[in-house]
Amino acid sequence: MATTNSWLLRPFQERSTQVFLGVLFTAVIVVSLLHLFMPQDSALHVSAYTVTLLGKYLCYALLAVAVDLVWGYLGILSLGHGAFFGLGGYAMGMYLMRQIGDRGTYGDPVLPDFMVFLNWDELPWYWHGFDMAWFAFIMVLLAPGLLALVFGFLAFRSRVTGVYLSIITQALTFALMLAFFRNEMGFGGNNGLTDFRDILGFNLRTDATRLGLFIATGIALAIGYVICRAIVNSKLGRVSIACRDAEARTRFLGYRVERVQLFVFVVSAMLAGVAGALYVPQVGIINPSEFSPLFSIEIVVWVALGGRATLYGAVIGAILVNYAKTVFTGIMPDAWLFALGGLFVLVTVFLPRGIAGLLQKRRKTKTDDDTPAGQEATA
Amino acid sequence: MGIIRSLSQLLLVCCLLLPAVSVAQVEDSEAQQLLTALADSSFAEKKQVVNRIADSGDDRARGWLESFAANKLARIKSRGQFVIVLENRGRDWTVESALTRENLGEISRRDLDTIRVNNALRTELESILSVIDLKSPDEANRLTAARALKGSVDATLAERLPELIEAEQSEPVSDSLTEALAIYKVEEQGDITAVATLSGSLNSEARAALQQAMRSDDPALVEAAAKAMDSIEQKLKLNRAAETLYFGLSLGSVLVLAAIGLAITFGVMGVINMAHGELIMLGAYTTWGMQQLLPGQPGLALILSIPAGFLVAALAGIAIERTVIQHLKGRPLETLLATFGVSLILQQLVRTVISPLNRTVITPEWMSGSVMINEALSLTLNRMYVIGFALVVFASLMLIMRKTRLGLEVRAVTQNRAMARSMGIKATKVDIMTFALGSGVAGLAGVALSQITNVGPNLGQSYIIDSFMVVVFGGVGNLWGTLVAGLTLGTINQLLEPWAGAVLAKIIVLVFIILFIQKRPKGLFPQKGRAAEG
Repeated sequence: MATTNSWLLRPFQERSTQVFLGVLFTAVIVVSLLHLFMPQDSALHVSAYTVTLLGKYLCYALLAVAVDLVWGYLGILSLGHGAFFGLGGYAMGMYLMRQIGDRGTYGDPVLPDFMVFLNWDELPWYWHGFDMAWFAFIMVLLAPGLLALVFGFLAFRSRVTGVYLSIITQALTFALMLAFFRNEMGFGGNNGLTDFRDILGFNLRTDATRLGLFIATGIALAIGYVICRAIVNSKLGRVSIACRDAEARTRFLGYRVERVQLFVFVVSAMLAGVAGALYVPQVGIINPSEFSPLFSIEIVVWVALGGRATLYGAVIGAILVNYAKTVFTGIMPDAWLFALGGLFVLVTVFLPRGIAGLLQKRRKTKTDDDTPAGQEATA
Repeated sequence: MGIIRSLSQLLLVCCLLLPAVSVAQVEDSEAQQLLTALADSSFAEKKQVVNRIADSGDDRARGWLESFAANKLARIKSRGQFVIVLENRGRDWTVESALTRENLGEISRRDLDTIRVNNALRTELESILSVIDLKSPDEANRLTAARALKGSVDATLAERLPELIEAEQSEPVSDSLTEALAIYKVEEQGDITAVATLSGSLNSEARAALQQAMRSDDPALVEAAAKAMDSIEQKLKLNRAAETLYFGLSLGSVLVLAAIGLAITFGVMGVINMAHGELIMLGAYTTWGMQQLLPGQPGLALILSIPAGFLVAALAGIAIERTVIQHLKGRPLETLLATFGVSLILQQLVRTVISPLNRTVITPEWMSGSVMINEALSLTLNRMYVIGFALVVFASLMLIMRKTRLGLEVRAVTQNRAMARSMGIKATKVDIMTFALGSGVAGLAGVALSQITNVGPNLGQSYIIDSFMVVVFGGVGNLWGTLVAGLTLGTINQLLEPWAGAVLAKIIVLVFIILFIQKRPKGLFPQKGRAAEG
């Protein structure tokens, strides 16, 4: 028991984790307080809209942490993490769909609206059980976990690595997107699942529920971050870093590389699933566009901008890019893709270690030498 | 009055001169006589007159009888001159002379005497007209007429058909006529011997006739018809298979075209260029631009777009290589991300500068239409051109890689960069040239794609994953592998489509490739020897 405690507790002894958790909790608490106690007309008041928006950013941050775990510490560039995010989201969406009950447009007590619309007589077998919250929440972990397990088992066993792996993960999410677009799949086709009402008995349209979801997301991000830290610091984490840097050598040293890869990959997929599940009630819709290859590759650029193999960098990157996206699409929608494309190029060419790399370098140069950090980062 | 008389004399001279021009015409006096007989005789006699006209061998006869059947042959009351009515609406009708085809302008309806026709005569006329067509000296005309006859033979024509078949020199025409006659016999008389003739026919009328025979009371006839039907079904199945194969090959060659440039940049150089699809898009937009520059000459524009599309995409490729890719040497995952960024920028550039909507690229006339192989199978021409184009592009790339100095240097640099450089090869220059070549080929793919799909900002995106799949499936660094993989995937996709639907077929193919890569991570044709170790 003592050993279990020690690897679980070790992250809390790290300075970076302490700082990260401190900042995260302070931010969540401050936002909540400003939302609750500031008068509506005050400049400091945080509206329910902003709370939900921030909640969405935190979901993305959790997703980015999941991607950083596999990319930064395992060396697997997954271009298909949107698939796991989407599956978690659909599991949650199915639960929320069943909670609507007979309040839908067609008033059918069991069948969701789109099934009535398609003249279906009964629920498909895979929709059963989603009226129970515990079952749905298990599926949020299980569905992406299982997909990652099967996919990862096949891929790692036959030692598909590097670019090949990236491309087939992209094909995976592309195939899922095409599949979910089909009405016959029973997931609402093009329109996806939407028009949600309740979660666990709370009305989704009230500000209190929204704030609750925001806080829950903050807690989930903290837990996810700590789990990743714990994995990275454990012996397993060391082996996974060894796999990243010299896969063949690690194998020759007697480690079962594919098992390490599989474990980390599945954990990462589950985290992505949780992020998706928290995302859906806040955004109010889940549709196949979450599976689009573009979204998956966007996640990677959040991590790249923040700095890979740092975890907190992923969080910074996700929040920054998505904030920029909100601002850009608001004022000049046309320019967003230019900005995003430029970001891809600039980050990879000039900022290989991301913002976290800049921060680390600055700290180092402060102690060692007084060279300006900016110049060195671009050099 | 004198002027009018001299004018009409002049007209007469002209009319007399005309027959000398064409050989297959009877004397005008005789023609006038025939038409007069037609106009003046009773309905019973008219039939004989019609036959006399048909047998006269005059090449105007068809026109006369046709307008007669359509109630458009008339006589000018005052002059007795026969005219064909071109436009019979309103009070004044536009007419032309039946003998000289000279336009006589408008004549009041009341001055005209339409030669009357009844339904019995009209039916008669139809088969007579067919016979005239079947006697035409031009074989192509006879063949068209014979084909049109299937399913529309009537009793009168059926009587005359055997002698026509006997007299027919050309085999396709006589075959067609035999079939037409057999269809008539099966349909109207339930003739068992005729059923055998229809066995193996691909004509839909023949099938209809057989189906009707299968419902008859005569068990022998039903059995014979069922047998003939079976052989037809067999043949149809073969034709459908051939059609699927053709669609498969055409889709496959599109995939080959889209992937072959990637096979060079990714396969040979090891550079992941996610902007490859957008280079294809640039090629397609070049075609559109060319057609805008040369309005009214889509064919010429298309041909000019081939070099232009290559150049535009190659220059864009060089720009990408110089600004982005060269800084990321040896970091394939970063290259992937950076070039993806480039692809976003290019897409948005097209959206902002040109339009977010699809542009129409005109297909030149010589590329539209289709080639009819038989009555159940016709192949569209534009797809055939794409297949040919893909093969030509592939062959020329093969030649460049195998037989030219550039190809040799490319292979040297990719196999051992340091060694190649020490032999005096400028590796950087080779990098640029190779990347330009691969990008240029993407542009060519775009030119071809503009003929068969929508040209819009998302054109490239829809091909990028497929292209990577083809290259990875075929085996990286192997152009032959790309060809085989592209054609195979295209055909598999088309084979699955009728059975699973387009989207599901695509998903199945993707899953198949994902599983295949697990089994053989290096593709269908893995590289062997030193080049394999990179």
